Amino acid sequence: MPDSPPTLLYCRCAYAQVVPTGVKNEVLQRLCDSGASFESVSDLCEMAAHRDPRLTALAACGKLRIAACYPRAVKGLFQQAGAPLSEDAEVHNMRTDTAEQIVQQLLA
Amino acid sequence: MITHTHRPLRVVLYEGQGAIPLPAESRAKVMGALLDKGYAVTRASAGGTPAMPHDDRSLLVLGLFPEQKAPQIEDASGQVKIDTRDISGLDVEGILGLVEKSRGSTTMNEPGKWKPWFPVIDYTRCTNCMQCLSFCLFDVYGVSADHKIQVQNNDNCKTNCPACSRVCPEVAIMFPKYQASPINGDEVNATDAGREKIKVDISSLLGGDIYSALKDRSAAAKSRFSKERSPDKALDERKKCLTKLVGDGFIPADVLASLPSPDEILRKAAVAKAKAQAALDAQPS
Repeated sequence: MPDSPPTLLYCRCAYAQVVPTGVKNEVLQRLCDSGASFESVSDLCEMAAHRDPRLTALAACGKLRIAACYPRAVKGLFQQAGAPLSEDAEVHNMRTDTAEQIVQQLLA
Repeated sequence: MITHTHRPLRVVLYEGQGAIPLPAESRAKVMGALLDKGYAVTRASAGGTPAMPHDDRSLLVLGLFPEQKAPQIEDASGQVKIDTRDISGLDVEGILGLVEKSRGSTTMNEPGKWKPWFPVIDYTRCTNCMQCLSFCLFDVYGVSADHKIQVQNNDNCKTNCPACSRVCPEVAIMFPKYQASPINGDEVNATDAGREKIKVDISSLLGGDIYSALKDRSAAAKSRFSKERSPDKALDERKKCLTKLVGDGFIPADVLASLPSPDEILRKAAVAKAKAQAALDAQPS
């Protein structure tokens, strides 16, 4: 049985704008152009702040690849919201990496 | 207590079977605009990867459907109300208007009206020393049933104030919306990890030797502390602190202006100390 494809998650960081606008726009554009299905949320911090149960649903998605910010912070957010990420979840950092690098890793 | 509980509506941009793909140039614009308004958006394409399971609320499905007729869909489990809308001929503003109308009077958080600012504990670094609990005067921290430090009152945290992260000896406290490393969640390097001096400096800056008082377990010393520091002097120290920390751009002015009175600080410090000590005593040695 072939491996199931990963679930892709894009965080817009809409509540504080700490992710560079150019990078997050380009990542979104490239994901849209790729033809892949994906999830996107306005802001993972906002969701973690009120323990949004969608975080649990996302964490349970098997292989999860996230485009957001620093992996340590994103993992901490999920854990603090009671939805720890699995070991194989990947977090890609739009604050430090280029859109090209991130999309390549998401769609690999 | 958590008050921001208005979960955003989940919108599905449907481009699967039975729908016409959106023009490439408008797809990302629509998604970006919806996300910037606070919505959660699923892009569903034909043969795409599995999406997040649906939640227990309503779902709004948008798409370009043949003959501009959105199909009527029902959730097989009957748990989710599904609203389908055709967006043919609508520009981004038109789609946003449609979504807002569909949402109706249901409230949700919106970007720009509130900033999700609260500490996030990196439990791979945290040693459960309780210094953050002792330090924070706004009751953000608490102790779990199994005696572990945890963030219990997000809403009490003062926006843009990362002071507790600076007293953490293990650099285990992050504020993801902060700009600078490693408080923003960046990896901790050796320099960050060895910053004991900063901890002492910041603590003494915070007016009234709060941290020293916390560490002093002697009732006599506590009494001396309160006698030696008049309320006026404590307030003067806070003003100096405010000037220094605001000048450094580290703590916003309103945080220090909203500090409790000197008596209240001592009372809170005693309560926090007791909580921290009880948690530490309960830990296996």
